[in-house]
Amino acid sequence: MLRIPCPFCGPRDESEFAYGGEAHIARPENSWTLSDGDWADYVFMRTNPKGRHAERWRHSHGCGRWFNALRDTATHEIVATYRIGEPTPTGRR
Amino acid sequence: MQKYSIFSLIRNAIDYHTGWERAWRSPQPQPEYDVVIVGGGGHGLAAAYYLAKEHGITRVAVLERGWIGGGNTGRNTTIIRANYLQDESTALYGHALKLWDGLSQELNYNVMYSRRGVLTLAHTEHELKEFSRRHHANRLNGVALEFLTPAQCQAFCPILNISPASRYPVLGGSLQREAGTARHDAVAWGYARAADARGVDIVQNCEVTGFRIANGRIEGVETSLGYIRARKVACVAAGHSSVLAAMAGLRLPIESHPLQALVSEPVKPVLHTVTMSNAVHVYVSQSDKGELVVGAGIDAFNSYAQRGALRIIEEQAAALVELYPIFSRLRMMRSWAGIVDICPDASPLITKTPVGGLYFNCGWGTGGFKATPGSGHVFAHTIAEDEPHPIAAPFRLDRFASGALIDENLAAAVAH
Amino acid sequence: MTRSFRTGEGGRIDRSKPIGFTFDGKTYAGFAGDTLASALLANGVRLVARSFKYHRPRGIFSAGAEEPNALVRVGDGARALPNTRATQVELYEGLAAYSQNNWPSLRFDAGAAANLFSRLLPAGFYYKTFMRPKRMWQWYERRIRRAAGMGRAPDAPDPDLYDKRHAHCDVLIVGGGPAGLSAALAAGQTGARVILADEQSEFGGTLLGETGKLGGASAADWAADAVAELSAMPEVRLLPRATVFGYYDHNHLGIAERVADHLPAPTAGTPRQRLWKVRAKQVVLAAGSHERPLVFADNDRPGIMLAGAARSYLNRYGVRAGSRVLIFTNNDSAYPLAVDLAAAGGDVAAVVDLRPAASQHPAAWRMDELKIEVLRGYAVAGTKGRLRLKSATVMALNADGNEVAGGAREIACDAIAMSGGWSPAVHLFSQSRGALEYDEVLAAFVPGRAVQATRSAGACNGSFDLHRCFLEGFDAGKAAAADAGFTAEDEQRPLPAATQAKPGPVRMINPVPSIRPVGQGPKHFVDFQNDVTAADIGLAAREGYASVEHTKRYTTTGMGTDQGKTSSLNALGLLADQLALAIPDVGATTFRPPYTPVTFGALAGRDIGELYAPLRRTPMQRWHEDAGAAFEDVGQWKRPFYYPRRSETKEQAVRREVLAVRNSVGILDASTLGKIDIKGPDAAALLDWIYTNDWARLGVGRCRYGVMCREDGMVLDDGVTARLGEEHFLMHTTSGNAERVSAWLEEWLQTEWPAMRARCTVVTEHYATVAVAGPNARRLLAALAAGIDLGIDMGNAAFPHMSVREGVVAGIPARVFRVSYTGELSYEINVKARHGLTLWRALLTAGERFGVMPFGTEAMHVLRAEKGYIMVGQETDGTVTPLDLGMERAISTRKDFLGKRSLSRADMTKPDRKQLVGLLTEDPDDVLPEGAHIVAEQPGKPPLQAQGHVTSSYYSPTLGRSIALALLRGGRGQLGRQVFVPREDCGSSAATVVDPAFYDPKGVRLHG
Repeated sequence: MLRIPCPFCGPRDESEFAYGGEAHIARPENSWTLSDGDWADYVFMRTNPKGRHAERWRHSHGCGRWFNALRDTATHEIVATYRIGEPTPTGRR
Repeated sequence: MQKYSIFSLIRNAIDYHTGWERAWRSPQPQPEYDVVIVGGGGHGLAAAYYLAKEHGITRVAVLERGWIGGGNTGRNTTIIRANYLQDESTALYGHALKLWDGLSQELNYNVMYSRRGVLTLAHTEHELKEFSRRHHANRLNGVALEFLTPAQCQAFCPILNISPASRYPVLGGSLQREAGTARHDAVAWGYARAADARGVDIVQNCEVTGFRIANGRIEGVETSLGYIRARKVACVAAGHSSVLAAMAGLRLPIESHPLQALVSEPVKPVLHTVTMSNAVHVYVSQSDKGELVVGAGIDAFNSYAQRGALRIIEEQAAALVELYPIFSRLRMMRSWAGIVDICPDASPLITKTPVGGLYFNCGWGTGGFKATPGSGHVFAHTIAEDEPHPIAAPFRLDRFASGALIDENLAAAVAH
Repeated sequence: MTRSFRTGEGGRIDRSKPIGFTFDGKTYAGFAGDTLASALLANGVRLVARSFKYHRPRGIFSAGAEEPNALVRVGDGARALPNTRATQVELYEGLAAYSQNNWPSLRFDAGAAANLFSRLLPAGFYYKTFMRPKRMWQWYERRIRRAAGMGRAPDAPDPDLYDKRHAHCDVLIVGGGPAGLSAALAAGQTGARVILADEQSEFGGTLLGETGKLGGASAADWAADAVAELSAMPEVRLLPRATVFGYYDHNHLGIAERVADHLPAPTAGTPRQRLWKVRAKQVVLAAGSHERPLVFADNDRPGIMLAGAARSYLNRYGVRAGSRVLIFTNNDSAYPLAVDLAAAGGDVAAVVDLRPAASQHPAAWRMDELKIEVLRGYAVAGTKGRLRLKSATVMALNADGNEVAGGAREIACDAIAMSGGWSPAVHLFSQSRGALEYDEVLAAFVPGRAVQATRSAGACNGSFDLHRCFLEGFDAGKAAAADAGFTAEDEQRPLPAATQAKPGPVRMINPVPSIRPVGQGPKHFVDFQNDVTAADIGLAAREGYASVEHTKRYTTTGMGTDQGKTSSLNALGLLADQLALAIPDVGATTFRPPYTPVTFGALAGRDIGELYAPLRRTPMQRWHEDAGAAFEDVGQWKRPFYYPRRSETKEQAVRREVLAVRNSVGILDASTLGKIDIKGPDAAALLDWIYTNDWARLGVGRCRYGVMCREDGMVLDDGVTARLGEEHFLMHTTSGNAERVSAWLEEWLQTEWPAMRARCTVVTEHYATVAVAGPNARRLLAALAAGIDLGIDMGNAAFPHMSVREGVVAGIPARVFRVSYTGELSYEINVKARHGLTLWRALLTAGERFGVMPFGTEAMHVLRAEKGYIMVGQETDGTVTPLDLGMERAISTRKDFLGKRSLSRADMTKPDRKQLVGLLTEDPDDVLPEGAHIVAEQPGKPPLQAQGHVTSSYYSPTLGRSIALALLRGGRGQLGRQVFVPREDCGSSAATVVDPAFYDPKGVRLHG
């Protein structure tokens, strides 16, 4: 079970959190101008990388706050967690 | 191909089994192929076999990063069923079911397709209604499902706990008698041997590192063993589909998750069917070796690590003991994880792509094993004809733009 | 009377405490401190099991967790424990153990016939046959299944309790041998929180079987002193009988503690086992090592065991492995056994050493003095004895070690103690994702680079020499504590001086040759439990199953309950030889949890029975139970389904409840409805994004029905939301969806619109809700309400449909919503949860004169279906848009909302989408099954093209006929058309497509 450092509460067990998938997918400003394909890209298509992944978590059984994490999907190492709206850290190493 | 039978077994016993040939060759890759299949799992090997057998395309290579059958083919809980909800799915899995029947004979390799029945349990009124819908949907497609009362469930599976005092008592069951299990490794090996006999090159320890694409068409693949030219390239690499797609500049509607499974220590036969449950989330069968083969839900986060958390195993165990109180004192012997590629509508992609000559077969989520022969068969057609097989046509990539999704989330709520 | 193999003195057993036990019904005696295995050996019992495939007679092989042979059932009935390693069962009075996998008896096992046909049963034989005739596989399979398996599952539910604990620590130390105890002493003295777990009942590990002195004291006494010292440290927790079985991500480890397995039954109230889940800042692995067998001809006869095990039985349990023991080794570690046996007055037949050169081990120097014959460059080429070993055939090896030569010498012996070298127990290290490296000198894999915060020390790190075990353990414990932030102010190094001995070379000869070529004579076992032989590995390699994973799966080597602890390296060596590769080039298989099998009961813990899932109750639950309600599970709630009276059937009860609502008044416990309180200047703007319709201009005190979509345009949830103030809304969700909808709101608020000033709070359980529905609802409420103008005289204007008022009901401050899910005049009364039951009772009392009736969810469903109201989850299934439900008017054209863009995609606007319609069967008494499918023409044979399906179907007591809602392709264009619904019995029902509102379509009654 992962140990996730909530930016608001500190490190907690994964069982306190809900996963929110890929981060930094902004909702298109004016969806009407998009083609069906571009809209589908926003709704369905995901980067799903092997390696560093910027993703969203919610401390649902804690403070209830959403935040972002930079986590390696191949090793499960959590490189950083950061608040919504903050840029993705480049990470250590 | 050296024939396998009781007679050849006896003949070879006389020679102390020194006369057995390799099941498949171990060739170096040729510089060029008509079709390169990326991924030596069950689906990829089946596609190679049907390309050779049904479409006469034998200049085919299957490139496998590790050892064949080492991905989800060798990590699943071997359940075969076809009781899906949507017509498109019923057609696809029904097609597979027909091919399972007789597969051992066709491949001359015993894949141990065991029609022991799959019993899905309902624990809420809502699930009962869902069952009714699924039964009617399947009957229209000629797939036979039986509804069992709790008492009939217990008669069919005597060790099942149907106590009304349970937290979620069993309210009924949906039985598909022709469903069951097969020996997962044997499926990969059987297809590999049969494809090899028809001239397909199976190249293990060969990792694809990139694609060469010019003018919107595929030209070949870069691999750890060098560049290989190919007229067509077909990716069937569950657990790495998005990574391969990214190499071709494509994005897929897929997220990869760990799916854990486990086996118990072997015991004498005690569970003669496969049972699945959603509300008490676990699916379980007993292997021919005697192990209980148990699976349940995925770990929630994206991962390529083939490992998950203990709590998922604990939840599986609790569901197992809840349904089968006599299993409490048996022991988990081995647990592991595979990487499952999940599409938003819980249906796979068997599809052409915007790149000419590049095809993808992926997104099978937690239940790809059961489709292996059908998937390989229709994918081979799609590759050979550059046109989807009619059964595969609904499973194209552009359904996400048009909205013509094949939503099986309701039916696939029980993962596997 | 079999003779005793117990030594005259010594060992850590308590000879003053005899213990009686039975094996296969025969009574034996052992001592406190014995394991079942040591006690059986002491009693001269050699044959304890039959092997998996060939049913070969097998004896005790090891003295620990690696045991492949001696698997027995312990206990009877519901407490039976199949497949239990006799080597790890602590003896207790009355213990009853049984052999497994034999019929009719262990000595005369019919299954042993398989041994005669074994030539027909090479690895993977089942892949090559049983294929014809096609239908016969099922028949073959039943027989194969019966032959397979080992023990039997218990025949009744487990009577015992299981427990779980979470723990955090600074340093978790795995293994309490010399390295682990040293690590614990080092870490403990820093004040760090330390957990020391060991799978045995007593700490000390190999020290408990050592004969050498450590600084004057016996090794076991040093261990006891160390344990005493650790016990005195307040931050150190000692966990004996606790196996660390799994090493998961982020230093999370699972430990199975056997709390009561050493007792006949757990004492009342205590668990049998406890699962620990430990988050450790640092981990020290001191898990020891496993000795490997030698792969020689007929190496599986009862009496053949590992040399280290024989030494452990001798020194720790006071049991000789045999009356005449032959030692067979390829390394130095077996020589001390010869010395110890001789010291205990035992008879050592000879030491057969595969190595031609003399061993430099100090114990080896004493062989002449002890008059023990050492045959260097010799091999055991075969053995004899059916149910127990009688003799060994010893022959000289050629220089290459690949053939035996010269004359065969028959050496009588009833035990062979063998050593094929030692494999560090790297299981947990590998589970932690640490990389393994191959050590040529040790001929074994050792830990390489660690990935998690973990260190290996002692034998599991490849350091077999006692001196290094102490040092490495201490250093690892100290460093781990330091990394966790703890250092000792005044460091003590209470380490004993141990003799140093360099490990001599290991001569890997795999398999050991015999007179006949391998595979053409006696069997050379590699994996004892799964009956895998050297020939099987060879066959797999020849047939191309040459990847180590293929070999493993094809032959099943390493896949038994011992998970290859003693077999994996030998198998790898054999495979490497076949492929002419070095072992590291063949590669190792990855170790997976668990290290040793873990009971499902322990993994499940208390989360079974009524604690399987949380149960949510409304404040009125007790009343419903007392009233004899039938319940239905809705999410975590149990809701009253209907309230049967005396002998009523479900249909009769539902009919009565429905008619009560239609004709007078009924009350429903609607407390489970999700309630989300939304406040803030942008609350309306938030709702505008979430719901498909417009919210900005909803007046205070008014309510509105809303539908929300996912971004893919599919219906997510629906419900009525009320505007309580300019910046204050109360949203209702469907039962059980409150958390999901709340998470949905939070997701958008926090991640997409952080600037939006709105706050959402789930208040579902803060309020009890009672729906009062029926033409007499107003009159009933009037009898109880104060401060609310119900508009008794004025009609609807004072408190119209879809509005909310606050006041007092039955003396309780209440919020009253005039909303309806039944189509009748209806009020939903919210009071603080603690007043729910009072309100409920007051309504019943006041409603007596109207014949008020409580109604359940089934009546509610009938009532809403009569009105054509949808239920999320029944009319919707994640593929249905608001347009499909005919809710065009609820789709705002003035704004964007979540999911809106998806509604204009090509497939969403197709005319043949499935749309909500009503169905009326030709026969008014014909109630269609829910889920039944619809076809356009009188149905023939499958396959049939489905046009849609029935989503809700009931007999309507109000209308006196059946009604159904359905999703039908192009449904709204088909009103008045006839369709067909195929039935279970192959017939079909004809039905007419109609508007879904069957009853009061204009809504007159709502406003009445």
